[in-house]
Amino acid sequence: MSVSSAPASNVALIRRTEWSERATFLALMLPALLAVGVLLLLPLAWLAGQSFLFPEPTLAHYSRIFTDGAYWRSFKTTFEISFLVTGLAILIGYPLCYFLSQLPSRLAIFGLFLVLVPFWTSLLVRTYAWMVLLQRTGPINDFFRSIGIVDAPLELMNNFTGTVIGMLHIMLPFLILPLYATMKKIDFDLMKASVSLGAHPIRAFWTIYFPLSMPGLVAGALLVFVLSLGFYVTPQLLGGGRVVMVSMLIQRNVELYFEWGAASSVAVVLLVMIGIIFWVLNRFLAVERVFGAR
Amino acid sequence: MLTKPVNELQITHRQRIWLYVVSVLALIFLVGPIVIVFPSSFSDSRFLSFPPDNYSLRWYYHYFGSTEWMAATWVSLRVSVAACFLAGVLGLTAAYAITQLSNRFGRWVEVTMLLPLMVPLIITAIGVFFVYSEFGLLRTIPGLMLSHTMLTIPFVIVTARSGLKSFDMNQEKAARSLGASRLRAFVDVTLPQIRGSVIAGMIFAFIYALDEVVVSIFISGGVNSTLTKRMFTALRNEIDPTIAAISSILIVFSLLVVLIGMWLAGGRSAKVDQ
Repeated sequence: MSVSSAPASNVALIRRTEWSERATFLALMLPALLAVGVLLLLPLAWLAGQSFLFPEPTLAHYSRIFTDGAYWRSFKTTFEISFLVTGLAILIGYPLCYFLSQLPSRLAIFGLFLVLVPFWTSLLVRTYAWMVLLQRTGPINDFFRSIGIVDAPLELMNNFTGTVIGMLHIMLPFLILPLYATMKKIDFDLMKASVSLGAHPIRAFWTIYFPLSMPGLVAGALLVFVLSLGFYVTPQLLGGGRVVMVSMLIQRNVELYFEWGAASSVAVVLLVMIGIIFWVLNRFLAVERVFGAR
Repeated sequence: MLTKPVNELQITHRQRIWLYVVSVLALIFLVGPIVIVFPSSFSDSRFLSFPPDNYSLRWYYHYFGSTEWMAATWVSLRVSVAACFLAGVLGLTAAYAITQLSNRFGRWVEVTMLLPLMVPLIITAIGVFFVYSEFGLLRTIPGLMLSHTMLTIPFVIVTARSGLKSFDMNQEKAARSLGASRLRAFVDVTLPQIRGSVIAGMIFAFIYALDEVVVSIFISGGVNSTLTKRMFTALRNEIDPTIAAISSILIVFSLLVVLIGMWLAGGRSAKVDQ
């Protein structure tokens, strides 16, 4: 029996129930929405406003990004580091995932555990570990000197190199987890079939396997890239103040100079770039799936 | 082990030995730095060295004997526990409502609530800093609890949503048609079956809140500094070996929490399956 043929009083009752249901659901999501709204959306809107209005209506904060050498350099550094970290993560992560996805399940679980241990370890602890490893008198320099490659200790931290190494360590699991999940779902019989039809295994890999692994690779790589763009802690500690990423530009303008206009325009530009990347990412993989991998 | 190709199309282990070498090196790269923290925490030296020349518990005594480090640890623990439970409740109710609505509005709300994961922490941090300076919540425990709840709601949303998606809502309808209230039906029928995913989300939330650095740097301070803020400040000024001791404790603690959480999440849902 459809609603329209029901007596009028029933229709009204159903409508009322429907509305009270909707009101209940709205009330249930309200506290979480309020938390995100007041503590995140509201300040973001305020920041966007400040970027045009601090201290009076102006576009100076945006033109500064393009004209001030320090700002321009900082964006350039940020992109260089993010590209480098993403590229290295793919070079190291792809073979590792391929290897793990073919291991017998027990060994694969152990391998994944080794990937998850750093993932579960505090960011600060991992950055600290790299400070120990990369310092002038650290084990890596000792090793290089003992085998006689170098005479003087290499400068491995407080510079670009240290920042990239530390960030690569933090970002690698973000590439591995979605990529591994995708590879696990690829039917390996497809490879066998193509080889049995005469394709060389290397050709089979590039024409069959690699395209099938693309969704995971793109999702992981974009995630690494986005996280690198806004990264603060590791570049601050391992860059030793010599590597100024966009995040540090924001922090310095707020904490040292109280320059909300400059900080907010940089923040807005960064947010817009990240928004575009997430929009692209969403076309490959639902955003919540990416984080679900965590 | 195959050493010679069966035919010209076969790739032998020897031919792809580079794959094994790269993979093992990658795994060492991932785990090595975490492993070296432990021996360096038992160093006797005032300077950071690895491997240490003499072993002692000096830096552990220093950590547990320092009122400042202990206060910071206590602040961090209180904030993370509060964030874990608040995010658990807020995230679960929101995930339930989104699932029930299952329309475009719900989808929009869901994406909004994932924003704390997508916005760079430095931007979130200056935003929260601004709001808190208006409302006088800077350097307060409730302020920290609130901000970390907001930051960790997405984890509970993601896991609870995936739990609810695989749950058959008709069971709840059945309970309600038999006279149970919505709350009763949820608590007695739905919750036991999605408990594992909710606990998983809460564990993520706890660990994330405990490890969070950037927002804490901006909004905590004075007697209400978090452990991460104190560690960050200490690392920025000089490499203090106390950090090695704290790091070792944190690594073990985080892994224990994750393992206990996995056991709780897995154990509970397994019980329901029986």
